[in-house]
Amino acid sequence: MGCGRVGSQLAARLDREGHKVGIVDTDARSFRRLPDDFRGLTIVGTGIDDDVLRSAGIEGADAFVAVTEGDNRNIMAAQVAREIFGVAECVVRIYDPAREEVYRQLGLDTICPTKLVSSLAHDRLVAAMLARRERR
Amino acid sequence: MYILIVGGGKVGYYLTKTLINEGTNEVLLIERNPQKVEIYTERFGSVVVQGNGDEAATMEKAGAGRADVVIAVTGHDEDNLVICQMAKKRFNVPRTIARINNPKNEDLFRRLGIDSTISSTNVILNLIEQLIPQRHFVHLITLRHGDLAIVEGVIPADSPANGRTLAEIPFPAGVVIAAVMRGAELILPTGATVLQEGDEVVAVTKREQENALRELLLSA
Repeated sequence: MGCGRVGSQLAARLDREGHKVGIVDTDARSFRRLPDDFRGLTIVGTGIDDDVLRSAGIEGADAFVAVTEGDNRNIMAAQVAREIFGVAECVVRIYDPAREEVYRQLGLDTICPTKLVSSLAHDRLVAAMLARRERR
Repeated sequence: MYILIVGGGKVGYYLTKTLINEGTNEVLLIERNPQKVEIYTERFGSVVVQGNGDEAATMEKAGAGRADVVIAVTGHDEDNLVICQMAKKRFNVPRTIARINNPKNEDLFRRLGIDSTISSTNVILNLIEQLIPQRHFVHLITLRHGDLAIVEGVIPADSPANGRTLAEIPFPAGVVIAAVMRGAELILPTGATVLQEGDEVVAVTKREQENALRELLLSA
């Protein structure tokens, strides 16, 4: 769910790896981000609507990923996938660290880019400073 | 009681106004739009906080930790869901109420642990349904758990129930006939009460029995 930069890249990769992929986005133009040889299903609509998810083939899906720009949309869609459709693996992107913590505790498989990027950047800075100190 | 309202649209505005006028509760409204916050503050005093109600920091600042009730009435179901879930899980708010814009989400919200939901679309539909004349069977209200409903049926002449006592009618388990209105007279029925054409029968029923009840009261 969500065919932005992350969603399109992930969908294309899974498709190349031979998985059956369906991707949902509210804006049909987003699908232009997919490669020309993408064989998966593209559905226009909101992923928080069970009918839209159904037409994207969520019934019988093994995994669901919610990577729209909206934390709450991602959270709601992941819960629909898990609670209504019984999808075993639901990965959900949540930008807000406080929200991410709550939903991780509730058992969602969460990714918080805010925390990831800031800690990566921090580690690099620290490493760079240490390297400079060693050179002296 | 400390009541936290999130979303200052029409519903949030009038809800805040009503609760403040009642004067018995402490009320705080969280609204995203700074211009609205300014206008509301002028009208209500300092009971309006600017911010995103779905952000933990805003909720914290608004004192969600000591709130007795959180009511999420924004125009977006996904926001209302997350506001209520955050209130419950992070701030241990005992009671959460969510407005639902898309009636489809009513069942989902209940399954996801929201205490109460109000679907404005369904409420309006039900009210209109009651106002349309010549309707013989009307769903009046769904009770809190959502499994029970109060319905009203008007007995037509060709009803299988016409002329029979309540004891004779094979009501399924999970149906209680609560009242019978015959003209201006209100009857609290017993098994011996005989139903007549034109009787308005009010029943409390499990929702899965609603259709069976409809068939028993109206002609099949």
